[in-house]
Amino acid sequence: MDKHIQMNNLLSSLHGMIRPLLGALRDLAPILIVIVVFQTLVLQQPIPNLGSMIVGFLCVLVGLALFVQGLESALFPIGENLAHAFAYKGSLLWLLLFAFLLGFGTTIAEPALIAIVAKAADIAAEASLIGNDAAAREAYANGLRLSVAVSVGLAILIGVIRILKGWPLPWLIVGGYLLVELMTPFAPKEIIGIAYDAGGVTTSTITVPLVAALGIGLASSIQGRNPVLDGFGLIALASLLPMVFVMIYGLLVLG
Amino acid sequence: MMASGAMGLLFDISDTFQATLEDVAPIIGTLFFFQYVVLKRPLVNLDRILFGLFMVMLGLTLFLVGLEDAIFPLGDAMARQLTDPAFLYPAGQTPTYLWQDYLWVYVFAFAIGFATTVAEPALIAVSLKAQDISGGAISAFGLRMAVAVGVSTGVTIGCFRIVSGTSLWVYIVVAYVVVLLQTMRAPKAIIPLAFDSGGVTTSTVTVPLLAALGLGLASTIPGRSPVLDGFGLIAFASVFPIMSVLAYAQLSAWLNRRPSKPSKEEGNAL
Repeated sequence: MDKHIQMNNLLSSLHGMIRPLLGALRDLAPILIVIVVFQTLVLQQPIPNLGSMIVGFLCVLVGLALFVQGLESALFPIGENLAHAFAYKGSLLWLLLFAFLLGFGTTIAEPALIAIVAKAADIAAEASLIGNDAAAREAYANGLRLSVAVSVGLAILIGVIRILKGWPLPWLIVGGYLLVELMTPFAPKEIIGIAYDAGGVTTSTITVPLVAALGIGLASSIQGRNPVLDGFGLIALASLLPMVFVMIYGLLVLG
Repeated sequence: MMASGAMGLLFDISDTFQATLEDVAPIIGTLFFFQYVVLKRPLVNLDRILFGLFMVMLGLTLFLVGLEDAIFPLGDAMARQLTDPAFLYPAGQTPTYLWQDYLWVYVFAFAIGFATTVAEPALIAVSLKAQDISGGAISAFGLRMAVAVGVSTGVTIGCFRIVSGTSLWVYIVVAYVVVLLQTMRAPKAIIPLAFDSGGVTTSTVTVPLLAALGLGLASTIPGRSPVLDGFGLIAFASVFPIMSVLAYAQLSAWLNRRPSKPSKEEGNAL
């Protein structure tokens, strides 16, 4: 009987793969179409290493589908459930700790961020900004990723306090951007591009659904709050603070 | 040759899988700690959840391996081929490397920005919701187009910045000042949506492709350096849709207001 249920779970998981697989295909198809059109009509050159590229695309396709399906069947239900539980009751301290760790943990696992910081480390090593060995590159990449993750954690923490206290969001955002602009002249030139990009990278596949669940749960548990506006506020702060923290990291490491 | 390629892929996958364990450990640790220690409630369907976690790790592994083999080289190859002097200048002509010579780079940037955005499922969902909220004043199709045009304009201007080697922060400051001015004038209900559209568009596939494109451009165009000029395209792709969505909302509010109801309150109510 138990075995039967397990089999059913497995089958429904695999069946559930079809939708995310189509989703991943829909993400990739426009890119492929544009590139094929350019290669055949404009450049009129073959794509280099076509064989390994096709294998790579299949990996991306299946990987993205598995990742999204796994998130939806495991992490999102637990995360959303917890977010609601802490939003409605429980101590303030646990709520704040949960908010920080949720932002931190989801950002560390964000695929696009992992890819970007590795690329940034390669580029920095080629330009001799950091050592050219694997250890130095990994340390730099991890440093970047931790800066972003800590800043997203803090952003969610501040955002939760904002929802509880009812601070006006526009002033926080305008203040944050002023801070970014004021820091830019002091930050090393080599870090600015990555810092500005970090804001867009963080709000992606895994962070947005979980963080939005926390914001919406909180906003609907407090009277007179607007779930749409407050849920959005968390994400907005989470794409702002990483810019500041990556520039600070750049000051410390590349100075 | 074929066998060694397949073996190499397997080694890559097993290496990356180990690293992936560390990547997902913090979020899994957080959720399990709060579930079992703080909330003290056991999880129902634990085996289903464990299977899901395994899928998350395997998926992340395959995605990262595929990125190395496909998306990064592809972005890089496109940038190299589009900036190749043999492609830019007919035989016999001396390369001048002026920004106007890179027309196809801008066309490619615009096309990639538009194509990756217009089919984005998250965006389709958001724009349908916006149509409902606004009672039809904002059309879902119009909003999707606004975001897509915003992203493609952003990526194109971002590529122009790399080609011309101008300062990133100047563009971003100007963009945010414009957004700020628009925010003060735009219908209130659209503002969260506009800011959200910046985040929605930079999806997991688009981000690495834009990074590879930017770095490829910066390393092939004479006088540019990947470290100084290569990054920044993602920032452009996040800011410009905010601007275009606000502009679209302002435009449709203005058009709705103009024919019959001159009252400003009516237009702002959306």
